[in-house]
Amino acid sequence: MLHKECVAMILAGGQGSRLGVLTKTVAKPAIPFGGKYRLIDFTLSNCHNSGIDTVGVLTQYQPFELHNYIGIGTPWDLDRNTGGVHILPPFVRARGGEWYQGTANAIHQNATFIEQFSPQYVIVLSGDHIYKMDYSRMLAFHKQSAADATIAVIEVPWKEATRFGIMNADEEGRITEFAEKPKQPKSNLASMGVYIFSWKVLRKYLELDEKDKSSSHDFGKNVIPAMLESGRKMMAYAFDGYWRDVGTVESLWEANMDLLSDRPALDLYDPGWRIFSINPTQPPHFVAEGAKARRVIASVGCRIFGEVENAVLFPGVHVGPGAVIRDSVIMEGVRIGANTVIEQAIVGQDAVVGDGCQIGLAGDAAAEAITVVGERARVGADSLIPRGAVVE
Amino acid sequence: MKNVLGLINLHENEELLKELTRQRPLAAVPFGGRYRLVDFVLSNMVNSGIVNVGIVVKHKARSIMDHLRSGKEWDLARKRDGLFILPPPDHTHYSNSIYKGDLEHFHNHVDFLQRSSQEYVIVAGSHTVYNTDYREAFRYHLEKQADITIIYKEEQPAPGKQYSLATLVKVDDGGRVTDMQVSTGRIAGGPVCLETFIMRKSLLLEIIEDCVAHGEYDFVKEGIVKRLGRLRVYGFPFTGYMAKINSVQAYFRANMDLLQPEVWQDLFLKSGPVYTKVKDEPPANYRDQVAASNVLVANGCIIEGRVENSLLFRSVRVHRGAYVNNCIIMQKGEIGPNAVLENVICDKDVHISAAKRLIGDKNYVMVIEKGMKV
Repeated sequence: MLHKECVAMILAGGQGSRLGVLTKTVAKPAIPFGGKYRLIDFTLSNCHNSGIDTVGVLTQYQPFELHNYIGIGTPWDLDRNTGGVHILPPFVRARGGEWYQGTANAIHQNATFIEQFSPQYVIVLSGDHIYKMDYSRMLAFHKQSAADATIAVIEVPWKEATRFGIMNADEEGRITEFAEKPKQPKSNLASMGVYIFSWKVLRKYLELDEKDKSSSHDFGKNVIPAMLESGRKMMAYAFDGYWRDVGTVESLWEANMDLLSDRPALDLYDPGWRIFSINPTQPPHFVAEGAKARRVIASVGCRIFGEVENAVLFPGVHVGPGAVIRDSVIMEGVRIGANTVIEQAIVGQDAVVGDGCQIGLAGDAAAEAITVVGERARVGADSLIPRGAVVE
Repeated sequence: MKNVLGLINLHENEELLKELTRQRPLAAVPFGGRYRLVDFVLSNMVNSGIVNVGIVVKHKARSIMDHLRSGKEWDLARKRDGLFILPPPDHTHYSNSIYKGDLEHFHNHVDFLQRSSQEYVIVAGSHTVYNTDYREAFRYHLEKQADITIIYKEEQPAPGKQYSLATLVKVDDGGRVTDMQVSTGRIAGGPVCLETFIMRKSLLLEIIEDCVAHGEYDFVKEGIVKRLGRLRVYGFPFTGYMAKINSVQAYFRANMDLLQPEVWQDLFLKSGPVYTKVKDEPPANYRDQVAASNVLVANGCIIEGRVENSLLFRSVRVHRGAYVNNCIIMQKGEIGPNAVLENVICDKDVHISAAKRLIGDKNYVMVIEKGMKV
C-alpha cells in the first residue's frame, strides 16, 4: 500500500471578497503577484522545496482558473507517479453532497483522499499567503516535541493582532491559549494558518467536530480550541521570515511594493529556494531608447517605451512612449497608451488603457487609497480616473 | 502538416564561431536573451503543425540533449512520433573512419526515415534564424509539383552587412532554381538560401542511397546542387527577418538586431511563439540609480548599474557603478562594481571583477569565453 509520511492539504477555496474586482472571476490563491507568480505558487513551491510530494488542493470559489493553472502540477514538479498534486473540489455523495462548510469540514470531506496514503502527519496550509518556509523543519520540530498539533506562528504588529488567530505559549513553546480574531489580544503571536497534525489525532477531532451541530467546522474557531481544551499537546513553531496575508487591495499593493527595495525581505532570487510557476512563452523584455526603469520588476514580453518607477510589470505589458507609471502593479498583457500617467494603482490582466489618460493622480481622495482598473477593462483615451476609484 | 517529417541537420560550419562553439554545437549557442539557436527552427516546425522531428546531432550531443530532453517544452513528448535525437555514428567501432559529411550520418539513420509514417520531409539547419509557418512553403511545393523546394530570401545589400559561408540560389521568373552556389567567402546580398528544403521523403532516401553509393557525402553540394538539372527544384521566397549565424560578427549583429522593435516582433512572435527550455527565474529587477536604454533583458537579472544597447541573458547581475554598452552578457554573467564593458560578448558564467575596463572594437567584438573570471 502507498505510504507517505506527510500529506499536505492546501485550502484554496477562499473568495477574498475584500479584494473586490480583483477576485470577481478568480479565487484568492489565483491572484497574480510579484510580476510573474500567483499567490498559490508560494505554498506549492514551499511543498516542493520541503520535499513534500503529495498535495491535495481544496478548491471551491471560482475554481476554473485555479484548476487550469495547477493542472497536473508540472511547474512545481508535482506531476508524480505516486502522490503528486490532486485538486479536490466539493462533490456529491450518495447521501447528498454539500459545499465545504469550513476549513475543518473541507479536510473531513477529503479524509478518504488522505487515508489512501496512510500518512502519520498532515500539514494543513493556506493557498493565499506569501512566504518561504521549510515545512520539513517544522515537521522535525513537531516530531521532536511529540506534539499532537504544531501551529506556525509569527509576530504581527499589535494593532493588527485582532485579524488573526492569536495564541499564548509557555517557555517551551507549548500553546496554553488560543483565540480566533480576539477583540482584546493577549499576545501578538499570530497563527500563519500552517498546521501540522498527527493524522490519527486529527481524524478523531474532525469526526467529533462533524457531530457538533453548533460548530462552524473551522480549524481556528472549533478544532484547535477543542483539542486545547482536552489537553492535547499543541506546540507553537516560531517563524521569523517574511509572511503576508494579502487580504485587501492595499495589502496586495504593499506586498508588491515590498519587492522593490534594495534588500527585499522576500528574496525571490535565492537559487536555493526557488518559487516555481508557469513560465509564459515570451521573449525577454525590451526597454527602448530614452525609456526609464527605476526600481522596477519587469517580466518577459514587456515593451517599455515610457518611464516606469517603483512598479511591478507582469508578462507582456506594453508601456507606450511618453507614458509614466509610478508606484503601481500592472498585470499580464496590459496595454498602456502613449502619454498616459498612472500612479498608485493596480491594473488588472489584459486591461487596455488609451492614450493621454490620468489614472490615480493624487487629488482630493485619501492619499493612501489604491486605484484599481479591473481585468479586461477598457479605459478610453484622455480619461481622468481619480485616486481610489475602481474601474470595472 | 502531420504528413511532414522535420529533420534538423546540425552538420553546420562552425569554423568562424569557435569562441562560442568550443564547448557546444552551434545549435546550442545561446541567442536572443533566453533561447538556443535550435529553438527557432524547432519552434517553426511545431508552430507549423509538424509532430515528428528528428535531430541529426553531429557532435557534443550532451548540451543539445540537456536542452531538448523529452521535447516537452515544444509539445513533442508524444506517445507516437515527437522528438528523436539522431546521434552521430559510433566512431569507436570504426577506429579509422573520419568524418565524411552529413549524408553519412543521414545514411546511418535511414531506418528512422523509413519507419516514420510521413510522406514529406523538411530538412533545415539551426544556424539560420527566422520565424515562419512552413505551411505556406509546403502549399507552394505541392502547387508547383516540385521535387525539391528551397526556401530563400532576397537580401538587399546593406552597409556593414555581409554574409559568410552562405548558399546563394539563382531563381528564374517561374520560380525555378537554375543555379546554386555554395560560397565560402563573403557575400553582400542576393537570394540567400535559408538552408531549408522540402521534398518527398522517398526522394531524400534516394539521394542518400545514391550519393553514399558514389562516395558523395555532402547533402547540399552533392545531393542537391548536382541534381538541379534533373529535378524540378523551386525557390520559395521568404520575406521576414532572417539572420545567418555563422561568424562571431554575424552572431553579434543578429542579437543587436533584436533591439529594433520590428525585428523583436518578427523573430519572436510572427508565426507563433519561440519555445525553449524554461528556467524558473524571477522577473528582472531594476534597482535604484538605474539607467537602461535600448536593452533586451531576460528574467532573473538584477541591474544596479547602467546598461545601454545590450542584451542580458538570464540571471545576469550588473553591480553598482558598472557601465555596459553594446554588449551581450550570457546567463549568470556578473559585472562587478564600476566595471566598464563595451563591444564585448561574455559567454555563460563570466565574472568581471570590480573596476575592470574591457573595450572591444565595434567591428571586432571581444569574446570572453565561458566560465572565465576576468
